[in-house]
Amino acid sequence: MSTTSEKPRPDPSGAAEAQPPGPPPEVTLPPLGAVGALRWAWRQLTSMRTALLLLLLLAVAAVPGSVLPQRRIDPARVGQYLSEHPRYGGLLDRLGFFDVYSSIWFSAIYLLLFVSLVGCVLPRSRAHLKALRAAPPRTPRRLERLPGHARVVVDLTVPEALDGAVRALRSSRYRVARHDDLSISAERGYLAETGNLAFHLALLGLLVAVAAGSLLGYSGQVLVVEGGSFSNALPYYDSFTAGPSVDRGTLAPFGLTLDRLRVRFDATATGSQFGAPREFDADLTVRDTPGAAPRKVTIHPNEPLDSGGVRVFIVGNGYAPVLTVRDGKGQVAFSGPVPFLPAGGNYKSLGVVKVPYAAPRQLAFTGFFLPTYALDPQAGPVSLFPDALMPRLALTAFVAQPGQRDALSSGGVYSLDVSRLQQLKGPDGDTLRLLVQPGATVTLPDGAGSVTFEGLRRYAALDVRYDPSKLWVLGFALVALAGVTASLFVRRRRVWFRVSADDDGRTVVEAAALARGDDPRLPDEVRSLLATAGMTPPGGRGAESEE
Amino acid sequence: MAVEESLASISNDLVYSAMAVYTAALGAFALDLAGRGAAARPTGTAPAEQSAVRSVAQRVSVPVAAGAAEADGPVVARAGENPAGENPAGGSHAGRGRWANAGGIAVSLTWLAFLLHLAAVTARGLSAGRAPWGNMYEFSTAGAVVVVGVFLVVLRTRDIRYLGTFVVGPVLLTLGLAITVLYTPSAQLVPALQSFWLVIHVSVAFIASALFTLGFSTSVLQLVQQRREESRAAGTIPRRGRFMDALPAAADLERSAYRLHVVAFPLWTFTVIAGAIWAEHAWGRYWNWDPKEVWSFVIWVVYAGYLHARSTRGWDGRRAAWFAIAGYGCVLFNFLVVNIFFVGFHSYSGV
Repeated sequence: MSTTSEKPRPDPSGAAEAQPPGPPPEVTLPPLGAVGALRWAWRQLTSMRTALLLLLLLAVAAVPGSVLPQRRIDPARVGQYLSEHPRYGGLLDRLGFFDVYSSIWFSAIYLLLFVSLVGCVLPRSRAHLKALRAAPPRTPRRLERLPGHARVVVDLTVPEALDGAVRALRSSRYRVARHDDLSISAERGYLAETGNLAFHLALLGLLVAVAAGSLLGYSGQVLVVEGGSFSNALPYYDSFTAGPSVDRGTLAPFGLTLDRLRVRFDATATGSQFGAPREFDADLTVRDTPGAAPRKVTIHPNEPLDSGGVRVFIVGNGYAPVLTVRDGKGQVAFSGPVPFLPAGGNYKSLGVVKVPYAAPRQLAFTGFFLPTYALDPQAGPVSLFPDALMPRLALTAFVAQPGQRDALSSGGVYSLDVSRLQQLKGPDGDTLRLLVQPGATVTLPDGAGSVTFEGLRRYAALDVRYDPSKLWVLGFALVALAGVTASLFVRRRRVWFRVSADDDGRTVVEAAALARGDDPRLPDEVRSLLATAGMTPPGGRGAESEE
Repeated sequence: MAVEESLASISNDLVYSAMAVYTAALGAFALDLAGRGAAARPTGTAPAEQSAVRSVAQRVSVPVAAGAAEADGPVVARAGENPAGENPAGGSHAGRGRWANAGGIAVSLTWLAFLLHLAAVTARGLSAGRAPWGNMYEFSTAGAVVVVGVFLVVLRTRDIRYLGTFVVGPVLLTLGLAITVLYTPSAQLVPALQSFWLVIHVSVAFIASALFTLGFSTSVLQLVQQRREESRAAGTIPRRGRFMDALPAAADLERSAYRLHVVAFPLWTFTVIAGAIWAEHAWGRYWNWDPKEVWSFVIWVVYAGYLHARSTRGWDGRRAAWFAIAGYGCVLFNFLVVNIFFVGFHSYSGV
């Protein structure tokens, strides 16, 4: 695989190009025998056409991951997709279409591509290292057959002409070799191939660095309510994933408190921008180690917290109504903020309140928090604006059998398993629907207890991430960028000068050049080198391209 | 900070004005192209003579990417300067008949439209006090102005007026779509976009996309030209699309397309890297296979394929051209379909 080596031109100098001139030899049948077959397979794998095919396959294989939901990004949407498409969802799942970028086929394609890359780049690196140490190839016998050929009669002695040519070439950053036959060969633009190889090797490094990051890094998510705290240790996380080489017991020991979350929504814009967020600023108090002095930090999107290489990002926010629930005996069975998760337009948020310590009957609530409440005849309670202009809780309540203590043990924090619960009914026999405003207390029927909406806090959804290899990834990416730029823009050129005396004793300078790939400026290069060496041809006619 | 409604509405008026002038420019470019076709029409010219005229035309108007493409100076002679010392007036202007001035008028109109368009984009940015590319409407209008700007800059050194129709036409279409379908009122940015990376990442993406657009147009012309050359070699004179006779030969178009893509590819690489750095700042992950990231990657891979196809021995430029066309299809898809219909983190279309 190479990015810059172009179709070879028939090379009249013979020695000038490593590749044989003319069209490539016909493909012959592979020789028999295991070694021969292996060698044949290797040659196929490392051929440009195979690399191209693999590149195309890679592009095609990446596409399904943008169309189908992916487990590592949004497992909930994968579950939804599977339930909506029972017939072929399972088949797609078995084939890895919901984990495209870790699937066997995707990995196989890029690993083969990298094997192909190594197989191509290593021999080329060896050849290039050799070329870097070697002198430019000897002067071809017949310069007039090369592009940019020029022939000038000059008022210099032969040694003067040779010295002048060497000076001109050196000042144009050519590598120069003088030969006994009164000729000079020179070459420049080695950087093109260096860049090409650096690009491909950097891609390899990039892959290794990314892999190292997934071994050594970790990430976790946590919701922190205003006034609440978080410490970087496993029990505090809502979810946590780590590479196999991470020591889960000794994460960077920082802690933080969310003092305040400042959120502003656009109330003046029109159309789809009305209510769009304009500001998420989280004021934190951070201790980098348990004993360290606290520092105040404000984070917002695009500006995370950094503590000892671990970064904390604000990725979401929402409302956490502060509730107090009293049980049938009048005791406070629950008191505190309950984060509700945005589940509809304008932060219409869904939440679950579980009160396992309520006696004699366990209590639970589920429903919506509506920051700017309105009642839609069709959709029911809706929110008209994301800010808390008219906050309301719309809840339904559940009770367990008296004395049953495990009715709430199943289900997660944000879901309620109602199989062992009974929904409370209102006086009209319909499902009881509570609409609670801040400061209000609603008493439940049947002496089940009461719920008080004490106040409102916001919470921040934080992502904690540690990726020790990301600077390596960046470094390799930048090397690749520099390499590909050099390989595409640096021109590799060879120039030859031959000086002789003609029958009249005049000094005749012949010059010619050869480039890799097409290089329309080659004749200009020869002309300008001649001019630098003080060998301007009379009338400019002598230095014309013979093409 | 509030939005300056008056500036936003001035911006909209300017977009409409620019569209009107672009329409006129498009007409002039089409006439110019028709005139070139008429001038280069083979009737009454001996084949040998005709090919001589063509070769002169090619030499004069070999288009090339911006000067930045060249590490050691410009590579092709500037328009008007002729390395072989031949008469540059040769095929491109002689015998153009009554449409001889259409090309110049078209370029002047394009400059006028470009200035109106640029003013529209600037006013839009000023109205919200930020970079004017925060939603699909703004991406489209700002991206289109970059396409025209790149075209006009290249035009200053190379005579690529023959591309005008294929640049101004799509730009006009983009503006039409933007103001009717994608229009979003001027507003401030969501917090995720409030970063200087918006300026770096998106502006470089614009320039790369503009060059991909020009490269795509050139590659399409190259394929058409190649077909005409082949049918001519087979002895049939192509009846339709005679304006193509005024364009450079397929091999020259191929070289021009390559130069454009060769500038665009590192810029796109930079776009992806800058996007990854920004993603790391905003979301904590430099790469998450978000649909937008997937398609940026696909674009990168397809254009890498283009570069490899071009250096594959025994392949003519045609297969490489198909890679370039496929790559541009991915660019369009990434902009239009992924932004609007795919669920992901890059949901800033505002539509």
